[in-house]
Amino acid sequence: MTTMVTAPERTGTHKSPLTPRKPRNRKSVVLTLVTGIALIYSLIPLVWLLINSTKTQDGLASSFGLWFDDGHFALWDNIRETLTYNDGIFVRWLGNTLFYVIVGAGGATFLAVLAGYGLAKFDFPGKKGVFAIVIGAVAVPGTALAVPTFLMFSKMGLTNTPWAVIIPSLITPFGLYLMWTFTEQAIPTEIIEAARVDGAGEFRIFFRLAVPLLAPGIVTVLLFSMVATWNNYFLPLIMLKDPDWYPLTVGLNAWNAQAQTAGGDVVFNLVITGSMLTILPLLAAFLLLQRYWQSGLAAGSVKE
Amino acid sequence: MTTFTRRRLLGLAALATATTLTLAACGGGDDDSSSGTSGTTVSDADVTAALQKGGNLTVWAWEPTLKQVVANFQKTYPNVKINLVNAGTGNDQYTALQNAFAAGSGIPDVAQIEYYALPQFALGKSITDLNQMGASSLKADFSPGPWASVQSGSGTFGLPMDSGPMAMFYNKDVFDKYKITVPTTWTEFLDAARKLHAADPKAYIANDTGDAGFVTSLIWQAGGKPYQVDGTNVTINLNDAGSQEFVKVWQALISEKLLAPISSWSDQWYQGLGNGSIATLNTGAWMPANFTSGAPAGSGKWRVAALPQWTAGGTASAENGGSSLAIPEKSSNKALAYGFLKYANDGDGVQTRVDNGAFPATVKQLDSAAFLNTEFKYFGGQKANEIFAASSKNVTPGWSYLPFQVYANSIFNDSVGKAYVSSTPLADGLKAWQDQSAAYGKEQGFTVK
Amino acid sequence: MADIAVPRRRSWTGWRFVGPFMAVFALVFLAPIVYSIYLSLFKNRLIGGNSFVGLDNYQQALTDPNFWSSVGRVSIFLVVQVPIMLFIALLVALAIDSGRLYGKSFFRISIFLPYAVPAVVATLMWGFIYGTQFGLVGNINDAFNITLPDPLSPSLILTSIGNIVTWEFVGYNMLIFYSALRTIPTTLYESAEIDGAGELRIIRSIKLPAIRGALVIATIFSIIGSFQLFNEPSILQNVAPNAITTYFTPNLYAYSLSFSGQQYNYSATVAIVMGVITMVIAYVVQLRGTKES
Repeated sequence: MTTMVTAPERTGTHKSPLTPRKPRNRKSVVLTLVTGIALIYSLIPLVWLLINSTKTQDGLASSFGLWFDDGHFALWDNIRETLTYNDGIFVRWLGNTLFYVIVGAGGATFLAVLAGYGLAKFDFPGKKGVFAIVIGAVAVPGTALAVPTFLMFSKMGLTNTPWAVIIPSLITPFGLYLMWTFTEQAIPTEIIEAARVDGAGEFRIFFRLAVPLLAPGIVTVLLFSMVATWNNYFLPLIMLKDPDWYPLTVGLNAWNAQAQTAGGDVVFNLVITGSMLTILPLLAAFLLLQRYWQSGLAAGSVKE
Repeated sequence: MTTFTRRRLLGLAALATATTLTLAACGGGDDDSSSGTSGTTVSDADVTAALQKGGNLTVWAWEPTLKQVVANFQKTYPNVKINLVNAGTGNDQYTALQNAFAAGSGIPDVAQIEYYALPQFALGKSITDLNQMGASSLKADFSPGPWASVQSGSGTFGLPMDSGPMAMFYNKDVFDKYKITVPTTWTEFLDAARKLHAADPKAYIANDTGDAGFVTSLIWQAGGKPYQVDGTNVTINLNDAGSQEFVKVWQALISEKLLAPISSWSDQWYQGLGNGSIATLNTGAWMPANFTSGAPAGSGKWRVAALPQWTAGGTASAENGGSSLAIPEKSSNKALAYGFLKYANDGDGVQTRVDNGAFPATVKQLDSAAFLNTEFKYFGGQKANEIFAASSKNVTPGWSYLPFQVYANSIFNDSVGKAYVSSTPLADGLKAWQDQSAAYGKEQGFTVK
Repeated sequence: MADIAVPRRRSWTGWRFVGPFMAVFALVFLAPIVYSIYLSLFKNRLIGGNSFVGLDNYQQALTDPNFWSSVGRVSIFLVVQVPIMLFIALLVALAIDSGRLYGKSFFRISIFLPYAVPAVVATLMWGFIYGTQFGLVGNINDAFNITLPDPLSPSLILTSIGNIVTWEFVGYNMLIFYSALRTIPTTLYESAEIDGAGELRIIRSIKLPAIRGALVIATIFSIIGSFQLFNEPSILQNVAPNAITTYFTPNLYAYSLSFSGQQYNYSATVAIVMGVITMVIAYVVQLRGTKES
């Protein structure tokens, strides 16, 4: 690997003189169109969501799902009503969700990166057992564990507190494995050895050397755990009874359930608009994080 | 079976729990609550004192009109602070309750429980027998259907909050358009279904994808008594005369594809109610509020009529839905909780709830002129409460649900549901439901016949 | 996988990195499982209370037709849906990584987005799309005067669920593959191009081997995901109550037993048995996946 450093300058020219460093980047219309099928498949539901968030409850029931309700454009009204319905509880739920995501997903990513690195770059007693134990535990269906977990947490006095939501979301077994394989791939053991020879401590090597190299992997794990925490429904539903601690998912479901209640206020329009608003922060996070998806070693500052 | 025997059984259960293990008591939670409190009596004076003294109450309920009741209650009794929590609708809340009972903490002081689910909690002794507080004296205040629904064994386990005497809601525009007369019997209903669907293949007399509560209500109306409960002895027979009546008509509706395959409470359902493709809805008297907010497009088009009859000229009715407020055995302030129950379900709270669109279970409101004369804009100015009130007086007596109806209803679509989507006869579906319910009952230690 | 890393020396240092994860893991995963195993040895009834029954629950599970029909259903699902989903995800990841798409970041984010849609909206949305009355299927039927098969009928429901899962997770898996592709040092490609290797050749000899680890992990977690199928069927249960039984998948079965039936003990048993089955299969895949390297 270390012998290829000077390659790029020499190779580019015979394919595309204008972009010497990235000879492979010739755009293809055909490939774009073919991949476009997957794109449309993915986007239809979002289009549905966008269109329907412009409708009133009446319009939702009386107009075609994939087109606008003639003459009624209620998006701004819906947004206003979503934010103010039930004394603005939506805003409170949004704040809760942000809190759970920052602490939960942030913590989960940190633990996963740390442990993935440890598994990839160290040999220690019990290492082989870790894989078996984690896979084995993840293989047990989670819904059946909900009641035992509830009873345990209840004994520890954690139910109906934010901790009951945060602590379980600190674990992402999938993130652990992802970081494990990424670390093996992206960080040559030689550079760690070299740093050790220079006298750097293990955690200094980890934070200064490994973390920058692992950026694409870390971002991926962070994004996954953010979405997972953001959409976490089942656990908060069981653990929380106080609507003041609800995350958005549980709150929106409660609104949705009003339509199934005798005498309930039917607010599908708010559920839909609320869901659309829920996706926006995730979208923003994605856009902010995506610049870290550059090739690890090539983008890093490491001298090979 | 007498209370004594049941209590003895439960005592044994508690003993078994205590000796064999510590943690697993969490598994069921219904067995360790029989200790201590039984025999405690709370007098009216105690309740009044508790209301004056005040304190905190946690109330789990999803009924929307309670919000205003709580506000008014706190104004009347300024020392009481009520924390009204929507812990989920129906089954979600029962799950939360069971979990809280099992954990022994986080238990509310008052919980909303639907009639069909009440026997299960009563049997588990996880809720209080309100006769200890003199609830039996309130009998005359409530209409007989709901009152019977809160009785279990010799106890009263909740105060009725609302009721759902059944009626037929129908879309008059659709009926007029196809010159269909409003059916008064289920046979006429079947004919109307045929006529309507032939005239407009996109219109159906009703939607139905199989709903346990609806089926049991119609069997109830037909005079069937498929569930007989005597303590822990349970008889299940979904092939009695009443059930057979129901099967005859409904089998024809299903086989001839006269029912819209739309599940109740879905957004499509509200759409169908609004746009005329679902022409009738046979359900409880609590429905008007949902019509108004969920299907505004149907306003002015719908009317209310008495539920079609199994025998021409009859007046029989049944209850569909409705719920009570109950007090968990582990509530820390039962006297205060009972004070709230009486206020909300038998006192000033009732009128507040009626004013906000709820359907009462109390005789006083059901008989009041103001109530009966209310004109419903959604129903073209019709005085619909007259029909509902009449229905509530004609509810067929003697019905009872299983002490494990929550579970039985949850597996309804596994068995009976097949009849709605395949060639399985409805009667076979009911038989399978009966067998599976019985098997569960036996599992749980009941004697099932 | 565990042995690829060059071990420096065997020491406890690694635990300083793995320890925090494992500590929380023990609390939120291992402890409830141990508790479940304990619960699975008892039987609690409404009448008669709690009693120790040894392995009776396991015996019951092994001969429970509902349980095995649910296992069969998710097995079919696994064999058909997982390969399709991973294949599409891989193709899209390679297409985006090739740098030959117009608007590549738009593709990247759009295809990932379904994963971010909350379940409550998914219910409303798929209810609309699959609806034969007022839904998209109904509209297509009306427009072309045809009768499409009902996607919510018992015979098609598994396919319809497969479609939802694919829709949701193509982007998820795509991102895993894509980010793994991004960790490949660009110098590798450049040297390949000196040798005159074409795109397909580069994919075969550089990209695929380099993301093997990610492929194995994605496969294992897709297997686990299939065996634990729960959200999508429970979402569609609202609109197709008769096609999706309470024992449609093992996880749904465990849920109904526990939440509707208060059969915590038997539910725990079903979960443990299912966990063992899943673990064995995942382990075999993991062994095979790493052996070939």
